[in-house]
Amino acid sequence: MAERIERDWARFRDIVRGKIRQNLRRYVAHRDLIGRQGRSVVSIPIPQIELPHFTYQWEQVGGIGQGEGEEGEPLWLGEEEGSGRGGAGWQPGLHPIELEVTIEEMVALLGEELELPALKNKSAGPMESLHYRYRSLRRVGPESLRHFRRTYREALKRQLQAGLYNPDDPKVIPIQRDKRYRAPDMTTEEESRAVIFFMMDVSGSMGDRQKELVRTTAFWIDQWIKRHYQGVEHRYIAHDAAAREVSGDLFYKIKESGGTKISSAYDLCAKMIARQFDPDEWNIYAFHFSDGDNWEEDDETALHILKDRLLPTLNLFGYCQVKSHWGTGRFLLELSDEVDDFDNVRTTEIASEDQIFDAIKDLLGRKEGRTDESTMFQSRPSTL
Amino acid sequence: MITTTELKHIQEEIEQIARDFGLDFYPVIFEVVGYQQMNALAAYEGFPVRYPHWRFGMAYEAARRAHAYGLQHIYEMVINNQPCYAYLLASNTLTENKMVIAHVYAHCDFFKNNQWVAPTNRKILDELANHAVLVERMMDRYGADRVEFFLDTCLSLKNLIDYHSLYIRRSRQDDREESQTPFPKVPKLPSKPYLDRWINPPDFLEEIRQIREKQKEKPRSFPPRPERDLLLFLILHAPIDDWQRDLLSIIREESYYFAPLQATKILNEGWATFWHRKIMTEKVLSDREVIDYADRHSSVTASSSGFLNPYKFGLALLEDIKERWDTGRFGKEYESCSDLVLKQNWDQKLGLGLQKLFEVRTVHNDVTFVDAFLTDEFVTKHRLFAYRFNPTTRAYEVETRDWQKVKERLVFLLTNNGHPIIWITDANYRNRSELYLWHQHEGVDLRWDYAVETLKRIHNLWKRPVHLESIKNRRRVRVSVLRDDTVQEEVL
Repeated sequence: MAERIERDWARFRDIVRGKIRQNLRRYVAHRDLIGRQGRSVVSIPIPQIELPHFTYQWEQVGGIGQGEGEEGEPLWLGEEEGSGRGGAGWQPGLHPIELEVTIEEMVALLGEELELPALKNKSAGPMESLHYRYRSLRRVGPESLRHFRRTYREALKRQLQAGLYNPDDPKVIPIQRDKRYRAPDMTTEEESRAVIFFMMDVSGSMGDRQKELVRTTAFWIDQWIKRHYQGVEHRYIAHDAAAREVSGDLFYKIKESGGTKISSAYDLCAKMIARQFDPDEWNIYAFHFSDGDNWEEDDETALHILKDRLLPTLNLFGYCQVKSHWGTGRFLLELSDEVDDFDNVRTTEIASEDQIFDAIKDLLGRKEGRTDESTMFQSRPSTL
Repeated sequence: MITTTELKHIQEEIEQIARDFGLDFYPVIFEVVGYQQMNALAAYEGFPVRYPHWRFGMAYEAARRAHAYGLQHIYEMVINNQPCYAYLLASNTLTENKMVIAHVYAHCDFFKNNQWVAPTNRKILDELANHAVLVERMMDRYGADRVEFFLDTCLSLKNLIDYHSLYIRRSRQDDREESQTPFPKVPKLPSKPYLDRWINPPDFLEEIRQIREKQKEKPRSFPPRPERDLLLFLILHAPIDDWQRDLLSIIREESYYFAPLQATKILNEGWATFWHRKIMTEKVLSDREVIDYADRHSSVTASSSGFLNPYKFGLALLEDIKERWDTGRFGKEYESCSDLVLKQNWDQKLGLGLQKLFEVRTVHNDVTFVDAFLTDEFVTKHRLFAYRFNPTTRAYEVETRDWQKVKERLVFLLTNNGHPIIWITDANYRNRSELYLWHQHEGVDLRWDYAVETLKRIHNLWKRPVHLESIKNRRRVRVSVLRDDTVQEEVL
């Protein structure tokens, strides 16, 4: 029975996963989902799946209750339209159930849904390391590795079969055939390391709302990259007219005023890579969030640093422009003009929570009209 | 933990007590299970083996959660089978187990003796296991997805059976015989020869004969009379594959097994609660167990605000009957008595209560039970009320405490097991093999989105257009599912 219910349960969870996938756009934009740091599981309330059948519009029926209350006295609030409770008031209605989904599962779903390509490992070759774990059993081996309990269990089995076992005089004597030895499992693991640079414009024009969008987008990007490498490090660079490295916590909180010099961030990033992260050993990702309101005379410097010093070392550079009231959003245009030919550059724009989903696809998905054969015959999208 | 030997002793003791009280049951096999198994069993509606379907998985998820959050505690489960199977939770205390075992024996007595439940399949445990094997084989053969999809369709229609078919035969036999006789017979009233001319006037007989003749010439409708058992109708007449027919039959058979149990829920639970209390308080409990027992018993019969608990309600109604028949508060003499003081202290010391209860357990289902025994005094005493939904405040509110209305509402909720009544009136509508269904509107509209979806599913089986006539917002409407699932709605 345990097997049966496991199977039905798994099937149900599969169906639910499908439902989550359909609504992924909503969940991804959901800030509360990632609100609590360090939780690996999120609860997603899903409505119970009910097969349609002929039934009453229960709100017209009413029911029978027991207890106090004058005529006309309200008892409880009605639920949403259509979800009436059935029966004579003792069957609770179909309450939504909460399904626990790990963040990993969510990210996997996200990857499937957005058709994100797996990230490549840039290192010259995977660093293989062999791990020995004594987890399996063999029939031969050195006596020092003999598995005492399993050996005696085999012996007992054999004696029971042969009728040699006497419960009143429980003697179990293993012979060579019964002996079991611990044996090592050998596993090879690829060792891969990655570092993600998150850069953000913290100038006055970036408000709380914009930062919240950045935070959510960065969360999913981070999760997706984490899936592909064993060790992932993070570096956070905040900039206005000058750039400095900050901690992850501070990153989303600082507020500066003043102008914007994007080149300062790119320059710092390039310096940090040169100092700490050898591009041959590290998979390096950099994402830059800004409202695009750069000092006009800085554009050229920034793009220059990007092209000459950053892009050659990076697996991927993503520029995500967050729409703000003040920003002109000019930098995105400049950037697209200059670096559109680079394979490892992605650009996107976000104005609201709804677009986070698409932004992730833009930043991590296949480059339109380039790598994917199916898009070969499509005209270039006119959005950029 | 309680040892098996201990349990065995308790079981034998309680079984004997139950027998002495006059309960009559099939042998009961008790099994002790862990909570995970109990949750799985609950998901499978009590049976260890069911066909594979995700809805059991969903029920399991719900039971797991309810258990994890301490919202629900399943002490016991019992299957209506011969022998009866009952499951006890391994973590039950001794007192809990005693109570549960007493409860189980009363259920088993009910299964065996209630006229609605008694004719259900006594080997249902095996039957359901067979169904599981059949469905699994179909999945191997035709693909799990296809079978699951079709199962979903069947399950949408599982309440479209004839809930009264147990005792009402709506056979088509009579009609067939009639149609076979070449000349319609005109019935004559019995009379003496000399009076025959006046009792059976020849011109009147001729008139009747002509009417019948004409009726016969009219195209015969199919089905000859409206039918309720849509599942059977589809099994017999829908153009579907054999495996699909088998699957429909499986679902239909299971529906017919579960229907009488649902239709006697209040009475059955009330009966079992009545007996576990009687057995426990009068025979079994030792002094130190009383508090523990009272706690458990009250949690079983607790009413959460506004809701009616079937255990509590059934028990209260049975107790009321017992008191009335013990004291003779029934019949014309009592009812026509207008002296309130006299009525209050009415006691003829008849002592017929228990006897009456046995009768009630034998002949009634929930509808007749409530209809026959819910009285003005009972509704007042137990503070029952009818509630309704107020669309302006979007809240449920107390509608009335008028006992007639409360009773009407309760009977409505229980009628046809709480499902709308749907008839097949014509399977050759417009002479184009279109299926015409009619909803017998009882003052409450259908949930429309569901109705349309369900109709689509019927269309998938019937292949030809399907129509449903009903009343929606006080207007007669007909909704039709035509080719390619196009839905058409018209006001009649």
